[in-house]
Amino acid sequence: MKNVRPILYAWFALLTLLALTIGASFAPLGPVLPFVSYAIAIAKTVLIIWLFMEMKTRDGLQRIALGVGFAWLFILLLLSFADILTRGWLGA
Amino acid sequence: MPDARAVQPQFPTLERQNDADHFGMLLFLSTEVLIFGGVFAVAFTLRAEHADYAQASKQMHYWIGGINTGVLLTSSALVALMVEAVRAGRAKLAGWLLGGTIALGLVFLALKFTEYALEYRDGVVPILSDANLHGGVERLFMDLYFVATGLHALHVTVGLCLLGSLLWPFGRARRERTAVFAGNAALYWHLVDIVWVFLYPTLYLAR
Amino acid sequence: MSPSQVNPRMSQEAVPDTPEERRSYLAEGHSLRSWLLTTDHKRIAILFMVAITFFFFCGGVAAALIRLDLLTPAPDLMSNDGYNRAFSLHGIIMVWFFLIPSIPTTFGNFLLPLMIGAKDLAFPRLNLASWYIFVLGGLFTLITVVAGGVDTGWTFYTPFSSTYSNGAVFLAITAVFISGFSSILTGINFIVTVHKLRCPGMTWGRLPLFVWSIYTTAIIFVLATPVLTITLVLVALERVFGLGIFDPALGGDPILFQHLFWFYSHPAVYIMVLPAMGVVSELITNAAHKQIFGYWFVAGSAIAIGVIGFMVWGHHMFVSGQSPYASAIFSFLSIVVAVPSAIKVYNWTATLHKGEIVIDGPLLYALGFIGLFTIGGLTGVMLAMIAADVHLTDTYFVVAHFHFIMVGGSVSAYFGALHFWWPKITGRLYNDMWARLAALLIFFGFVMTFAPQFVMGYEGMPRRYHVYPQVFQPLMVMSSVGSSVLAVAYVLPFFYLFWSLRYGKPAGPNPWGATGLEWTTPSPPPKDNFETVPVVDKEAYCYPEQGRAGEPQTQQAESVDA
Ligand code: HEM
Ligand SMILES: [Cu+2]
Repeated sequence: MKNVRPILYAWFALLTLLALTIGASFAPLGPVLPFVSYAIAIAKTVLIIWLFMEMKTRDGLQRIALGVGFAWLFILLLLSFADILTRGWLGA
Repeated sequence: MPDARAVQPQFPTLERQNDADHFGMLLFLSTEVLIFGGVFAVAFTLRAEHADYAQASKQMHYWIGGINTGVLLTSSALVALMVEAVRAGRAKLAGWLLGGTIALGLVFLALKFTEYALEYRDGVVPILSDANLHGGVERLFMDLYFVATGLHALHVTVGLCLLGSLLWPFGRARRERTAVFAGNAALYWHLVDIVWVFLYPTLYLAR
Repeated sequence: MSPSQVNPRMSQEAVPDTPEERRSYLAEGHSLRSWLLTTDHKRIAILFMVAITFFFFCGGVAAALIRLDLLTPAPDLMSNDGYNRAFSLHGIIMVWFFLIPSIPTTFGNFLLPLMIGAKDLAFPRLNLASWYIFVLGGLFTLITVVAGGVDTGWTFYTPFSSTYSNGAVFLAITAVFISGFSSILTGINFIVTVHKLRCPGMTWGRLPLFVWSIYTTAIIFVLATPVLTITLVLVALERVFGLGIFDPALGGDPILFQHLFWFYSHPAVYIMVLPAMGVVSELITNAAHKQIFGYWFVAGSAIAIGVIGFMVWGHHMFVSGQSPYASAIFSFLSIVVAVPSAIKVYNWTATLHKGEIVIDGPLLYALGFIGLFTIGGLTGVMLAMIAADVHLTDTYFVVAHFHFIMVGGSVSAYFGALHFWWPKITGRLYNDMWARLAALLIFFGFVMTFAPQFVMGYEGMPRRYHVYPQVFQPLMVMSSVGSSVLAVAYVLPFFYLFWSLRYGKPAGPNPWGATGLEWTTPSPPPKDNFETVPVVDKEAYCYPEQGRAGEPQTQQAESVDA
């Protein structure tokens, strides 16, 4: 059971990040808030994937198999929002 | 000792078979990412197109959501420890950790449904009880909320069933195949956790 | 049989009925149970073949109704509503219940393990589950028909589908939703199989190109289908519970639906055409009896198409209200994706160059694919130009464009594959004269049906109407007549192929002198495919230097000490 410590550290870090994200939502961040929230969410995800899902010790193929879903989601969001965010630019 | 009967004829070795199971599970998780990805695309669009999105989000019981996030994160840690214990052949410890994971999963669902009940009381449930829902983005937000969390709750339930199916044959935890199955079920549970990690700021923290 | 009737490529000697044949996968049991509970990839391939053939027929009936109605400018055969239901049903069945599963689930299932030297797919029970899920989805399609059908077109555009349509939208969506899981499971199964079950020596650089294209297709299955799944769920929820997600009346965004739908459906058109390209690579190399020209270009272009194909979907939305900036990006990327497609066409042509070509049924189908796909692809590039598309969108030009690729291209390749691997699947040789005749008839019937539609579309005839100006009648009639030729040509193979089951000569392991590992097994192959695990020491398409005069060889290593 050699990986117990990293798991416990990660758990602790995750709960800290949770506290941080709740705290940030009360701070007067205005339009920056979503960026802070999602940066924290991404940090949590990295911890879960790397340590809980053991991607740290896996080979490239296994990392790709899990990563490709996120990568393709990124394509979906990127190109959809290329439309949604620029739709009004020429005037309605 | 590897269980010879566990190897299916198309695989040259048990190790290759275990590899294949793990690889297949990861691919399946990628499809889950994209399934929820559609929900997030809807959420982000709603947020981009409606300035009042944050206002609508304030109806959420963010503290129940927050506690639930903690519950899921903790259960994820437990299930990760469970996998370690199974690998180390410590069946008893693994059993306790698994029990803990499942218990926390049930706590999550219980809190989630408590929250639904509160929302029903508040009159912000579309169609069923919408006395205090003022149309427009508030209504859209609650629609999204129920779709997203409902779909997630469904996945939690499936995850619990997967983990639960480990309970009964747990005496055989030493068996290599059980360890592989436990590892893959744990992967699923982690993914359900990740989805919630993104749902929480999307729905609750857009203040 | 006179010499002209047998395929000139086939060995003229009748191969004796060896004892192997009796141990074939077909002989492992004849009860219904032995089929319905099988986990043998070859039997599951046959199960899929039966299912999709049935749906091909159903979709064909709808097509026949459409073409019949269009014979005259007046709405005589069907009501407006009836016509809408006919083309919607035609589209839904042909796309999701025939073309998407067609080559992957039949030839992919049958050949993938054989070509890489494996005993089965990685997850045989999952494979069977995939078939049952598919059939369940198909059942819902049939229920949809009984319940009155749908009138949304195969694209289910919101808010019409979610709010206004009076058809059985929910049932139709459920059908497609269910069949999606079949795609996902098959996709995962294929990917894992290619990664984990290649036999010793079968490196990535030695994979037959059919494997490369099925592998890419499987990736698209896995990455595109989930988005369709969730989108359909959202539409269904909106329809049943009145949620506001895509409904503009409630503040939702209907164009978001199109983004999500086409994020699946443009890659889906590559699901339909990539396996066909894989088939053609096999057919062309064998017809020329030559190494493929530019192996890595052909393999790499499959991957390139698979990846770039995910970034072009907005070309379906140029007039939807999509931002012009996004349209410009999508237009550019759509033109880029034509490059790898063109690479393939050039390489096939170069492979034929100076080959020892024997013109037989399979080659004619492959040539048909190349010609029709090229026209379809080029008109696709035309449509990707925003300025042209504003004029051409939603006209018969688009209809002709995608039928050239999906019907002229993919269905021809499906028939080509059927002819090329028929001896392997059934152990029997068919009469090649009939095969050549059917191939030519399909080609001419096809062109007659769809070439006039380019003209009509260019002149402004919109799609999905059954009332049209008098001037279009000659072209419409030509198209309808062509479609009846096409129908006859599609039915023809059923007769001579089934005839061969009973009267055809036994094929022997390798009637074409082809090089893939599948040709080292008896025809039909035994349940476990290979007696001993094959070892590969040669590239794909290692046809002998001397051409047909040389001793036939396969990728299998010559001397294996088992
Ligand atoms: C080679 C590159 C290709 C390009 C640049 C291209 C481009 C286009 C464009 C711009 C449209 C939209 C027309 C409109 O509605 O305004 C279109 C429609 C379509 N294309 Fe392609 N295409 C290509 C290849 C393919 C392939 C390979 C397939 C199928 C295997 C295909 C199937 C379709 C279908 C089904 C539609 C019609 C969708 C609908 O409106 O219902 N295309 N294509
Ligand atoms: Cu497209």
